[in-house]
Amino acid sequence: MTPYDKLKTARASTRPTGSAYVNEIFKDIIELHGDRRYGDDAAIYSGIGYLDDGIPATFIAIDKGTDLQSRIARNFGCPKPEGYRKALRLMKQAEKFHRPVICFVDTLGAFCGAEAEERGQGQAIAENILEMMGLNTPVITIVIGEGGSGGALALATADRVYMLENAVYSVISPEGCASILWKDSNKVADAAACLKITAADMREFRVIEGIITEDFDNFDKMCNSIRHQLKKDLKVLSAQSRDELLDNRYKRFRKIGFFNKIEND
Amino acid sequence: MANIFTSFLKNLTGQPQPDIESLVKSTENVTLVCKGCNSENSKHQLLRNNMICPQCGKYFRLGGKERIALLCDKKSNTDMFDNFESVDFLEFPGYAEKLEKSKKSTNEKDAVVCGTAKINGYEFAYFVMDSRFMMASMGSVLGEKITSIFEYATEKSLPVIGFTASGGARMQEGIVSLMQMAKVSGAVKRHSNAGNLYITVLTDPTTGGCTASFAMQGDIILAEPKALVGFAGRRVVEQTTKSKLPDNFQSAEFLLEHGFVDSIVQREKLRDTLSNILSIHSKKGGEA
Repeated sequence: MTPYDKLKTARASTRPTGSAYVNEIFKDIIELHGDRRYGDDAAIYSGIGYLDDGIPATFIAIDKGTDLQSRIARNFGCPKPEGYRKALRLMKQAEKFHRPVICFVDTLGAFCGAEAEERGQGQAIAENILEMMGLNTPVITIVIGEGGSGGALALATADRVYMLENAVYSVISPEGCASILWKDSNKVADAAACLKITAADMREFRVIEGIITEDFDNFDKMCNSIRHQLKKDLKVLSAQSRDELLDNRYKRFRKIGFFNKIEND
Repeated sequence: MANIFTSFLKNLTGQPQPDIESLVKSTENVTLVCKGCNSENSKHQLLRNNMICPQCGKYFRLGGKERIALLCDKKSNTDMFDNFESVDFLEFPGYAEKLEKSKKSTNEKDAVVCGTAKINGYEFAYFVMDSRFMMASMGSVLGEKITSIFEYATEKSLPVIGFTASGGARMQEGIVSLMQMAKVSGAVKRHSNAGNLYITVLTDPTTGGCTASFAMQGDIILAEPKALVGFAGRRVVEQTTKSKLPDNFQSAEFLLEHGFVDSIVQREKLRDTLSNILSIHSKKGGEA
């Protein structure tokens, strides 16, 4: 598959959305609404439940919706500032009650509307990234479809990040890149290739820890193995002291970057 | 006139002040056309006027070295982390050429300068983003340098003043550029947790991933008048909303109105304002 094929696959309307994973992986789910500041953003489905017997967890999932009505209601999975603030509220709550946070990312990007700008879309994302860097509880993120730029990173500043095999993660939409670079938004396939957006690319850049095999025909089995992986990681992460956990999270991002260091004489 | 008078007074009292004449001497006196009123101005005259158009008051964009020289105490500046260069690790179309072009036109290695300096004797660490270098897009070098200056400031318990200007993440470095937002944020968080002050000064234009990370993470967020500050580009927002946006949309004034900046500060008052903020944070409340 070319990167462009992966992009189309990641965006396919037949793919399971965020809530499907949550509902399959967690049990005794209680959805928790609202950011306590402005409103409730349906693009983000979040709450608490059991990951397994005896493992309570907080889940935060971007959901694109499954039919026209729910897609409109969920704003096609493009969160607004109140969505990111709801997510942050639940992360802080998870920290208080020593629960891990599991995020599912699937977004073209944060919503680009006038009201999102008025309510501080940039500030909301900035605050999430900052606070996640200091959140004293394990955070694991899975990119299940599209990982669209800052709108994805606001839920992916985590201890472990996984991607589904056909998911993509990108700094800019390939359409946006093509229109800036070649003034031609039709050159999406070329842009997708240049940007390196596939799970294998992310593994190479050490931006993710692992790739999850897709098996939507056996969705329950697939989710079972995701749960298994989450439990395995949480066992390691929960055993770390606060300082260790935050130190490792810091180092995880600290080391990312390619540059020449010129030795001064 | 007032400026000359106050600097004369400060000279008399021996207070530190910027060394604008040295900057003028070391700068070629080219003619610059104001984008606000099309008037022609000599660079030297503009430098003596904080790079503000004397005809219409429009702010010219400042490079890092100019910004520090105009703002900080004479000879207080030390450049740091100046030994990083971008690499075209994705072999991205046109990136190598763009880097070369920007390096030549700005005489800088990348889009940010870092260091330490003083204002009225108050020491701080700084970073200044330079929109003349590939629109100060944020790649690995910028991420590494800003992270390093925050780590240094944390170690030395220094405040950080950051002048932001950026078109956003540097797409020519793909996902690695996005990760710089998290990398810098981690260093900001550590600096903050240690009780240190971080002031951001939003300058024209601060957009995209810069707004969505360290530009909006300051304890105190100042902005220059009329600076463009936003997350999504204006055209993208117009396409999304399918309507014309008001003229002041995403201006510093718009952000102030919506509660996202603490204060808009005119360039000629920035030194005094920063001095005051640094002074207030140099003592703990209740100390004599």
